Amino acid sequence: MSPLSESVIAFLIVLGALFVLLGSIGLARLPDFLTRLHGPTKATTLGVGAMLLASAIFFTSDGHGGISLHELAILFFLFITAPVTAHLLAKAALHRQQAGVAGAGDTPDAGAETADSGT
Amino acid sequence: MLNSAIEIAFVLIGAAQALNFYRLLRGPDLTDRILALDTLGINAIALLVLFGIRSASTAYFEAALLLALLGFVGTVALCKFLLRGDIIE
Amino acid sequence: MRHLLPRPWLSLTVFVLWVLITNAASLGLLLLGGLLAIVVPRWTQAFWSNPPRLVRPWQALRFLGVFALDIVTANWRVARQVIGPLHRLSPAFVEVPLDLRDPFIATLLGSIVSLTPGTVAIDVDRQRWVMLVHALDAPDPQALITEIKLRYEMPLREIFAC
Repeated sequence: MSPLSESVIAFLIVLGALFVLLGSIGLARLPDFLTRLHGPTKATTLGVGAMLLASAIFFTSDGHGGISLHELAILFFLFITAPVTAHLLAKAALHRQQAGVAGAGDTPDAGAETADSGT
Repeated sequence: MLNSAIEIAFVLIGAAQALNFYRLLRGPDLTDRILALDTLGINAIALLVLFGIRSASTAYFEAALLLALLGFVGTVALCKFLLRGDIIE
Repeated sequence: MRHLLPRPWLSLTVFVLWVLITNAASLGLLLLGGLLAIVVPRWTQAFWSNPPRLVRPWQALRFLGVFALDIVTANWRVARQVIGPLHRLSPAFVEVPLDLRDPFIATLLGSIVSLTPGTVAIDVDRQRWVMLVHALDAPDPQALITEIKLRYEMPLREIFAC
């Protein structure tokens, strides 16, 4: 493996891991559910995507299996499913806030589905 | 260099998994827990990819793909259940 | 051709995914992939709505590039917001009025909005054609609306001619 591809792989791995960590920090730290949703759905997807790319480069330049692209299938799948998950979770959360489930929506503007300004 | 990068990434993702577990246990609502579970799954894919690179083996790929598929289906099923009180209508 | 492959793009996607997953190790696998590319769209025919035709493929490619760049730069912005002081954030629900009238393109737009950080598309009201978006930090909702419309909706409408 050439030093160049090795450094690209190392860079992608560390960058990806950083974004994964950022997504989880967002999940743990942000104040209410709908803001928490922003971290994992995007930062984590991008982070895992970067690591999958690193893996594809690694196994391609490794020399013992020709071109390896099957990581791209997972990448494709993750980028398609992430918005769907986010959309469904947001809908479920709003639904529960409107139904007045105890513990749902620890936000001041809980249930304000069509309000055009939050807090 | 690659090895130290992988070690660093293991530490970072381990920390991320701990944060996900915190949110999973803490809640407060079911939707938070589902989101935490989903994120746990996606981060596990990242760990599998790292293991694959470290051991230079493609055997982890199928596991990662399965985790991605089942994680998504599971999350959708749970959301459906919260929305409708039913999974298959 | 139209008869054999009622949905050429879906067939192409199935085939490419098959090649990616199996790493296209042998001729037999390629043939099997071709068979799946013909059979799967037929089996799933009933599920698919009729999306408008893709009329400007090159612009679609450029749009993909812009979108990929947007994901990376906007992630960087959200990363800073997540680490920084939280009380400065102003999360908000924003209603984006849509000019497009196609469920498939609306879904596409919603996915794009959800993947660019800082915004999650929650719902599309198909009576009024309004997309409900939750933004992590939107001190000026009007600016966000114009950004979404100019940056994503306009190109999508041009690409699919709807």
